[in-house]
Amino acid sequence: MSSISILKIFWAFVKKEIYHILRDRRTLLILFGMPLAQVLIFGYAVTNEFKDAAIDVLDHAKDDASRELIYHLQSSGNFSLHKMLHSEAELEDSFKEGTSKLVMVIPEDFSSDLYGSKDVTIQLLADGSDPNNANTLVQYATVMINSFVKDKLHLGSNPYQINVASRMLYNPQLVSAYNFVPGTIAIILLIISAMLTSLTIAREKELGTMEILLVSPLPPLLIILGKVTPYAFLSFVDAVLVLIVGYFVFEVPVVGSLFLLLLICLLYVVTALSLGTLISTVSKTQQDAMMRSLIGLMMPSMILSGFIFPLTSMPKLLFYLGHIIPATYFIEILKGVMLRGVGLHFIITEVCVLIGMTLFLLMLTWKNFKTRLE
Amino acid sequence: MRILGYLIQKEFIQIVRNKALLPMMTILPIVQLILLSNAASNEIKDVRVVLVDMDQSETSRLLVRKITANDRFTIVDAPFSQEQGMELLQANKADIILEVPSNFEKEYIRGEQPELQMLVNAINGQQATVGSGYLNNVIRSFNQDIMREVAVRMRQVGGAQVNIVTRNWYNPEIKYNHFMAPGILAEITALLTIVLSAMNVVREREIGTIEQINVTPIQKWQFILGKLIPFLCVGLVLLTVGLTAAKLIFDIPIRGNIPLIFFYAIFNLIAVLGLGLLISNFADTQQQAIFVAFFFVMIFILMCGLFTPIDSMPKWAQLLTIPNPLAHFISVSRKVLMKGSGLADVKWEFIYTIMLAIVFNSLAIWSYRKQV
Repeated sequence: MSSISILKIFWAFVKKEIYHILRDRRTLLILFGMPLAQVLIFGYAVTNEFKDAAIDVLDHAKDDASRELIYHLQSSGNFSLHKMLHSEAELEDSFKEGTSKLVMVIPEDFSSDLYGSKDVTIQLLADGSDPNNANTLVQYATVMINSFVKDKLHLGSNPYQINVASRMLYNPQLVSAYNFVPGTIAIILLIISAMLTSLTIAREKELGTMEILLVSPLPPLLIILGKVTPYAFLSFVDAVLVLIVGYFVFEVPVVGSLFLLLLICLLYVVTALSLGTLISTVSKTQQDAMMRSLIGLMMPSMILSGFIFPLTSMPKLLFYLGHIIPATYFIEILKGVMLRGVGLHFIITEVCVLIGMTLFLLMLTWKNFKTRLE
Repeated sequence: MRILGYLIQKEFIQIVRNKALLPMMTILPIVQLILLSNAASNEIKDVRVVLVDMDQSETSRLLVRKITANDRFTIVDAPFSQEQGMELLQANKADIILEVPSNFEKEYIRGEQPELQMLVNAINGQQATVGSGYLNNVIRSFNQDIMREVAVRMRQVGGAQVNIVTRNWYNPEIKYNHFMAPGILAEITALLTIVLSAMNVVREREIGTIEQINVTPIQKWQFILGKLIPFLCVGLVLLTVGLTAAKLIFDIPIRGNIPLIFFYAIFNLIAVLGLGLLISNFADTQQQAIFVAFFFVMIFILMCGLFTPIDSMPKWAQLLTIPNPLAHFISVSRKVLMKGSGLADVKWEFIYTIMLAIVFNSLAIWSYRKQV
């Protein structure tokens, strides 16, 4: 057979695969609906910012200064007064119900002590069963109480102050979408490229149609290529979609070179596809493939890639584990190019690691594939 | 009833026969627990700082020493220009640049209130806020130290000291894994059962065995129950394994009543399984089922309060957590395990979950057609 006719057959095969995908409306909906839903959720719903956190107050003093303090706390916009407690006994009940997250206890004689130069102790009781919440609320409240005391006692007129001017670079508004958009792209590409391909090939095996394909005049390599090409294209379109939504809805910019960014996405798509094919060569059924993709790819890539939790704060072992996951490098490159606007020479190490990983995976897949099928 | 017995028996035989399922029910939850509970913390333990000291005076060196001594900070480099510092920030080798301007000491002693420059990489907003907060605290306490020395020469300004004492109930040492483990337990249990049940019916359809069931006199409800009960058992086994592992590995507190958790889990699993079967009924291929299930699971996990508190979501998003069975499960397991909450404290979770179970399962029974 000449190479021309092989190409022709290959093209026909790719067309068949594309029809398969296009005919399946529901999967298509998921393919494009999921990335959109994810970006929107991350952008709008998943934040660590607090507005209007409920605070309860146990006011033993009930004098002018304590009322002013309570009013001052509410004026920040971070706190709304949830309820006034009347006794220590009420504390436990409201914590157990989960209605109270933070309780401020103002001691007796608050006014007279405050203005009479006696030391005062204000207690902040937090529900530590949610440590993130507790830490953040305590921090906010402490800042507010300190500023109240400063106002009341006219401190801060001391000339021996060191001032600090902070500038938040790359994300001056502290928008959480900046952090989530690159991560979401990485996850989406992985889901579609790796999970879908592993399932598609596993499905052919499960239903026994793989055998039929293998006796066709196409070499096995082209069969696999024909199967993954449409998905590669689809996931690439998805990545661009997420970028566009990020840009127009959340104003997440692409500071660096867009061309470089898309090139890196393409590289990562190849990485993900080789992972998916590798999984399918060792899986017999779709359920197998699904579980392997979920556990081997999705979970680690979401948790250990620095997407949601900073890698630098993790225990050493997890930190190293995170550095054998392709998504870690991909997200790092995305953040560099998109947000810090760096050129290739800043991210060359990460790019090389990613290329190395991809080549290694392709080799592994190829070897596995040969032994399994021929 | 006898028919139902046979159906359940058949399902169990298939579950036991499935080689992949057993490790999934034992090893996987434990691995996930260990990994996630250790990884999922928003603590910032290590802030990488670049110090640009243009002053090189006694005071600035004291400040640098104070920052270096604090084990929250790693000093990456100390170049002599901001540009070099910026390169490190761009290459993501540092999180914060702190610049001490020249003449810092002179101006300070004259009482001219000199200004330090702090440049923070703020791509991850929370990390930036917390990290720069730490550094600000160190600078403030350094300021107070040297202020005292200066104040000796001035008239002392007397005033009240206001101390703020913080106590964290139920978790005084702020152990993150005590908080994460109960949440992850609920998440794993719900996740696996929904995926398994979503793939189940559609698999029978794909392989063609559903035809054989359809030609028997089995009723709709028997068929659905025959699918529900075995997976409910699988879910409860999972929960038991996970709870035991969490107790042994992390020594999580169990302040509340364990049967209460299991009692709640039964309702929750029925709700989740109903949703899985519903998805399965509407799918033609396993692939479709997986993706639809995955779509829901993704949204459930992101919006259930596992990683980010529900309280910090906007109001409309908080309302959206009501049809999310995972959110209630996590809430119950955290409340009961950590705070020892009783039935009265979790009544709303119960009410919502039972409503969800009824809705999902009615839909599942209604949408199961005995023809192809």
